[in-house]
Parts: sequence; structure tokens; C-alpha cells
Amino acid sequence: MAGIVSYGGYIPRLRLQRMAIFQSMGWFAPAIMAVAQGERSMCNWDEDSLTMAVAAARDCLTGMDKSKVDALYGCSTTFPFADRQNSGIIATALNLNENLLTADFTASQKVSTTGFVAALDAIRGGEKRSALVVAADKRETKSAYFHEMWFGDGAASLLLGTENVIAECLGSYSLSRDFVDHYRGSLNKYDYNWEERWVRDEGYSKIIPEVVNGVLKKCNVSIGDLSKFVFPCFFKREHQVIAKGLGVKPTQLVDNMHEVCGETGAAHALVMFISALEEANPGDKILVASFGQGSDALLFEVTENIKKLPARVGIKGSLANRKEVDTYPKFLKFRDLMQTEMGIRGEAPTQTALTTLYRNRKFILGFVGGECRKCGTRQIPSKDVCVNPDCGSVKSQEPAEFADTPAIIKTFTADMLSVSVDPPNMYGMVQFDGGGRILADFSDCEMSDLKVGRRMKMEFRKRVYDKERGFHGYFWKAIPQAEA
Amino acid sequence: MATGIKDKVAIIGMGCTRFGERWDVGSEELMVEAFQECIQDAGIEKKDIQAAWLGTCMDEVNVGKSALPLSLSLRLDKIACTRVENFCASGTESLRGAVYAVASGAYDICLAMGAEKLKDTGYGGLPAGGSSSGTLNWLWLPAITAPGSFAQLASAYAAKYKISDDDLKLALAHVSAKSHANGALNPKAHLRKPVSVEQILAAPIIAHPLGLFDCCGVSDGAACAIVTTPKIAKDLGKKDFVTIKALQLALSSGEELGFNSWDGDHFVTTSKASLKAYEEAGVKDPRKEISMMEVHDCFSITEFVTMEDLHISPRGGALKDVMDGFYNLDGGVPCQVDGGLKCFGHPIGASGLRMVYEMYLQLHGRADKRQLKDPKIGLTHNLGGFPFMNVCSIAIVGKYGV
Repeated sequence: MAGIVSYGGYIPRLRLQRMAIFQSMGWFAPAIMAVAQGERSMCNWDEDSLTMAVAAARDCLTGMDKSKVDALYGCSTTFPFADRQNSGIIATALNLNENLLTADFTASQKVSTTGFVAALDAIRGGEKRSALVVAADKRETKSAYFHEMWFGDGAASLLLGTENVIAECLGSYSLSRDFVDHYRGSLNKYDYNWEERWVRDEGYSKIIPEVVNGVLKKCNVSIGDLSKFVFPCFFKREHQVIAKGLGVKPTQLVDNMHEVCGETGAAHALVMFISALEEANPGDKILVASFGQGSDALLFEVTENIKKLPARVGIKGSLANRKEVDTYPKFLKFRDLMQTEMGIRGEAPTQTALTTLYRNRKFILGFVGGECRKCGTRQIPSKDVCVNPDCGSVKSQEPAEFADTPAIIKTFTADMLSVSVDPPNMYGMVQFDGGGRILADFSDCEMSDLKVGRRMKMEFRKRVYDKERGFHGYFWKAIPQAEA
Repeated sequence: MATGIKDKVAIIGMGCTRFGERWDVGSEELMVEAFQECIQDAGIEKKDIQAAWLGTCMDEVNVGKSALPLSLSLRLDKIACTRVENFCASGTESLRGAVYAVASGAYDICLAMGAEKLKDTGYGGLPAGGSSSGTLNWLWLPAITAPGSFAQLASAYAAKYKISDDDLKLALAHVSAKSHANGALNPKAHLRKPVSVEQILAAPIIAHPLGLFDCCGVSDGAACAIVTTPKIAKDLGKKDFVTIKALQLALSSGEELGFNSWDGDHFVTTSKASLKAYEEAGVKDPRKEISMMEVHDCFSITEFVTMEDLHISPRGGALKDVMDGFYNLDGGVPCQVDGGLKCFGHPIGASGLRMVYEMYLQLHGRADKRQLKDPKIGLTHNLGGFPFMNVCSIAIVGKYGV
């Protein structure tokens, strides 16, 4: 049986209150009040589609044997690199076995389901044993329009395989149709959107029923057999109307998450699907359809194994971990949509030596250190000579992962002098349980979190953006653990 | 068997510029200014100098690389000149180079120069290196600043000794207030205004918990020394001259940063270098024998914990000594007699030599309003880098034969 073995989700902790957008920009665009309910998720300044993808994939791999993953498909329309495989960065960050197939699926909002179908084919065909699909999006919009309100940031991940399947894929139905509700030129920052009424009536209202009926017919399942129906559509009313037209009851329709998160782009079909899986029972049939120049519809049946899936954060856990942002300019600043004075200090050179990055990729991207064979001391970064002053053995270290090792704060500060998008710049030394320590940036953190002994966990985050060269640099940062 | 440096090399002349925001001059002119004072003090001619060392740190925004800026500025005529750089120990490194060269017998008379021009960056604080601070560092080290790196000592110290944040902050304010009081007495100091403890506590935060007055001045300046053998010093007619009693250096092995044995509350390098320096100088009980100190008070917390690493205050005892005024001008071991980095200023490459300059003036009774009564042994200390990885240098000086 081929299908989903595990899932993971990530919604950034920051939630921009939509009324904050309206309060700042309502004078200019009063119509946006119509969609100003609730909150939208927003990336911290050091998050993007790549860091969210890593977070969701790590969540997905909880309790799984990641050494078996032999395919990774990254799905997004906003990955940071146009030519440097983003999936390869994700695979390195996850410290996966290098003998794997990686591919980026991009340039359409439907790519997460497309990536899923491709992964399923690889598993069914027997060429791959364990395939990780991860979708993430952080879409930019111009200020003060509906899309800024509708959109959110987020990521979702599914692990596919043939053993311990929690949801079997009964079938899929794909449609590729060049319906251009919006587009973004390859060198443009923002989408160009056509009239919403047309998108609604000619787009969602025709394409979604077509693929839904297609997959149901193919699998010989009727709409009434579904426990849940998942499809993203930021027109809240149309979302319900389309479902109703298909004969889907309100209890079957999975919420589009407008009030709590917003539409997370290419990830959203999977984000919504995971929110359904989190509530699902064995035997449930779930239909998932995406939307973007056509659609892929996927039909699943949940198995008994879902009860055995190790606990994870998921979408539910991510949504519960929230911090409200009611300062709209902070959203603009975090996304570099607003030019502030950063001072001459901020002009320090920012070139990354690719040779250095390559030699140290396991440490920088994968957060892999070492453990000394002679004395057992864990250390990061791993150097040729063991750090233990009573040991000092040369080339005695085996690779050791630190990404999932809990840590505590040893020293800290909150620095107002350091150039930061979100001052004060908080950092300090964290010490890992079982040995090893590192001087680390802190993120998703308040001053009140900073205490010697505070428990922290490590997350893959953006460190620097070299604007001149278009290079995004990543490393691991310490983030407060939720306190028990 | 090594016998140490004690009394093998004499300082026969010193010079030091006024430190501060010297918009009027660059490093080149600052070196000339310090050198003119120094060579007149020594009473020799420029041609008598056989080799020279230059300590500078931030060469990218300053003089550039090599020792050529020294030889070109002073017009030293085809002699050996070497640039040394070891963060904030660069000035003391320059002295070490000159002193060891004389002690080895390779040269008779050498010059040690330290200079730094920090105010050509266009912004406050020390220059930010960005990706020029090492290609691997750039990929992972947090964008730390000097105040941010040293401020962490406070969080760790307070946690280790279970001191309230307010009590520590108050003690740190006393550290800075004392240096301001001393700096006000010094015509060459960068900051010459007494500041109250209340003003210090009320200042804006730079890096938690350090406020503006917990941070030293970022200054331009130069200082230098001419060294020779005691025999030549006598031959030149010098009496009661000052000699080097100890010169020690200790660098981190990476233990602080990578091995879980350090609590982040002090300097393991200083702790070791000071013991070696006392041994080299023959100092048995530093708290009693050291007459005065210039330590690396880049930040109040640095000076505070250094009192323990120098084994003058017992572990956990710095707070009491500071609050008792033990390090004040009229205290048991006056510290930052010339105002310290805090108020004299901190042109990095010059600082180590500036500290020795104050010891030299005090030992010769030439320290004017700050003059201590009959000082015998002076200690200087530099700490370059960060608490978690650093370069510590210590010099002990005193009169020859004392």
C-alpha cells in the first residue's frame, strides 16, 4: 500500500492582526475592511519559504527514519533561489543521506499536490522507498489590497512510503489549464491579478468541481462518502458555495483558515489537509484539491496507523503557538517592503565564500558537529583537534547531529548596537544536553525569555541576505522551548 | 630553563598623544605626535633606534597593512619594522616585540608604537567587520558587537553568584563613576567629565544590561615606548629607570566556546596569565604588592570580573571591593588611575602602551593631579576579543632593582 506515512506542519508564530492593516491603510483602501477578520500568519524577519519548509519537514520526520528518505520534492512559488536547488538546501539542513533525488516544484499554486503525485508515482513504481514532499510559501503583495489580507505564510510536509501508511491514496485526477487568475514575471516581486469576479466564476467555480468529479468517478466514490473535503479558496463565501454545489455538507468542508492564518500559497492545500488529518479517524475518506492553472485532486482513506503516529506539532500545534502583531509597519519592515535608516554600520561587507560554505555545509546547513571517539566529548563546530583540554585527539571525531538536542541558555544579551531588523539583537551562549555549546542568535524571543538556564531548541533560520549579490545565508538559531 | 623578562629591559622614554575624537589628524600624525614626546623623553636620536614594532588592529579603516605606515610616518631609515595585531593586546604585543628583541641581544635600542584611528568610519562604536571578519565566522557567528559580547558576562556572573541584576548594575555604575572621576584629572583623556552613579544608571541601554556609561570611549590615539638594556640605560645617564618585570600573554584554546567547563562569568585566560605574570615578576601577594593597575575596562563588567581574574579580589568578591572603593584613587589598589579605557579612551592598538605610559609617569612621579604616593609596582592588562575567545596580555613594570 502506498500513501502517507507521516505529516508535519509549520505556521510562523507571528500573527498580524488584519485590523492593524486596516487601521493603517483603511484611509487609502476602505474596501479591505471586507476581509479584515482575524489574523494572518507572518514570517519573522529571519524566516522564508525555505526555513518554513525545513521546519515543516523536521516536524514531519518526527519519529521517522530519515536515513531512508530517497526523494525530496520542495514545492513553492517563493523559494529564495532561482538557480540553486532549494530542495538540496532543505535536504542538507535535514542532514539526509546524500543519495537522494531532489527537485523543486514551482511556478504554480498547485505545485504541492503535483509534487505529491510525482512522489506517489515514484513510490508506486518502486524506484523510491521513502519520499518527502514539502511545500511552503511566503508571498509578497503590494500594500493595502485584498491579497495582503488573504495571504498568510506557512508550510506543510508529507512523508510517503509503503509501510505504516496512515492515509492511503486511492487515486488522483489532474487538470492543467492555463487559467491565469494572476501571474508573477520571473523578475517581478509582486503578482499581477485579474478581476476577482472572473477568478471566482470562471476559475474556482468551474475547475474545482471538474477535478473533484473526476477523481470521485475514477475511484468510484461518491461525495457523500467523504469525511472531509479540502480545497483552498480565499473567497470565503465562494469556498462554501462551491462545496455546497458539489453536495458537500458544511461539516465535511475543511475551513480555509482565513481567520486564523490566511492562505499559505502553494502550501495551503496541504496545510488544510493536515489540519483535517489531525482530526481524522481510521476509515475517513478525504478529498484534497489544489488550485493554480488547473488542479490536482487527490483522494485518501485514513488507516488505523494514524493512531500510532508519534506526537508532532503539526498545523494545530503551530496555530496554538502564536504571538499577535498589531504594528503593521513591523510586517512591512520584516519583509523589507519599507526602507528604514540602517546606518553606516549596516554597510559592512556581506559576501559569502562559496568554497567555505561548501566545506562546512554539514555544520552550517545541517548543524552537524562531532563526537570524539577517544573521550566522548560532543562539540560543535567539529574541528580537527578535540576541544576537551584533557584530550586534544586529532581527527578523532564522528559526525554528531545537534539540531534536535535540547539546550539551555548559559549567557545572553539584548544588543541595541548590533544592526538588526528587529532590535535588540538577542544572542548568547547555549549549552546542549549531553555536551557541546555554541554562541547563537536567539529568535522568536522576548527579553523576558532571556534567563540563564532557560530551555531552548534549535531552528534553521535565515542569517543574512546579501542584497548586492542576491544570496541568502542560513544557519541555526536558538528559540525558547514552550515552557511546560 | 627560561628565566623570564624581569629587569632585563628598561623603558627609557615614552610618549602618548591626547586621546579622543581627533578629527584633525590620522594615525600618521598621531604616531609623530607620540614619538616626538617619546624621543625627547629618552634623550636619544632617531638614528639610535635599530628596530621598531607597530601595533594596530583595525587596519581596514585605519593605516592599512604592514609596518610601512610607521616607517613612512616617522621616516625611519631602512630599519627593521614589524606590524603586530592581536586584537586589543596589539599595543602590548608591540612592546613585547621590542622588549624581546632587546632582551635577546639582537638590538640595543628598539621602539614600540601603538596607534589607531577609529573615527574614520562614519559611525559610533567599533567598526563592524561583516564578511571580512573571517569567511567561516561570517557563516555562523551572531552579529555580535563588543558591548553585546561582554554584556553576557553580567548575565552569567549574576546567575553564578546569585546576585540581583540591580545590585550588579549598581556596582558596575560605581566602576564607571570611579574612572570618570580619574579621567577628569587627566588632560590627555578623551572623556574628562565626572559622572554620577545616578546618571550612569539612567543612561540608555546599549547591550543589556550595559548602558552608555558602561562602555568605553571609541578614540583616536597613539602611544609609544623606547626600550633598551639596563646597561645602556645607565650608560645614557638614566637613574631610577623603569624596567619590565613581566610580560605574559594567554589565548583561548576554544575551551570557553566549545567545552562545557566555563560558566561564561569570567576570563580563563586572564586568570592564568596573571598567575604567570606574578611568578615572572616575583609578586607573591598581588593584593598587597601591586601599587596600581590599568586594566582593560572596555566595559564596566570587564573590569569588574577582571579584578577576580587578576586574583586581587577573591572569586565572587569583586562586588564588595568595588562598593568599598578598594579600586578608587585612594583605595587599596587604585585602578584606572588615568581614567582607563573608559575615559582616557580606547584606540585599540595604542591602549596597551597608553597603560604602561601611565605606570611610567606614576613611577617617575610625573602624574600631576593623579599622582599616587610612592607607587612601586604597576600592572597593565589587555583583553582582546570576546569573553568566549580572547587574547589576554599582562605587563608588570617597576623601578629597576626594586
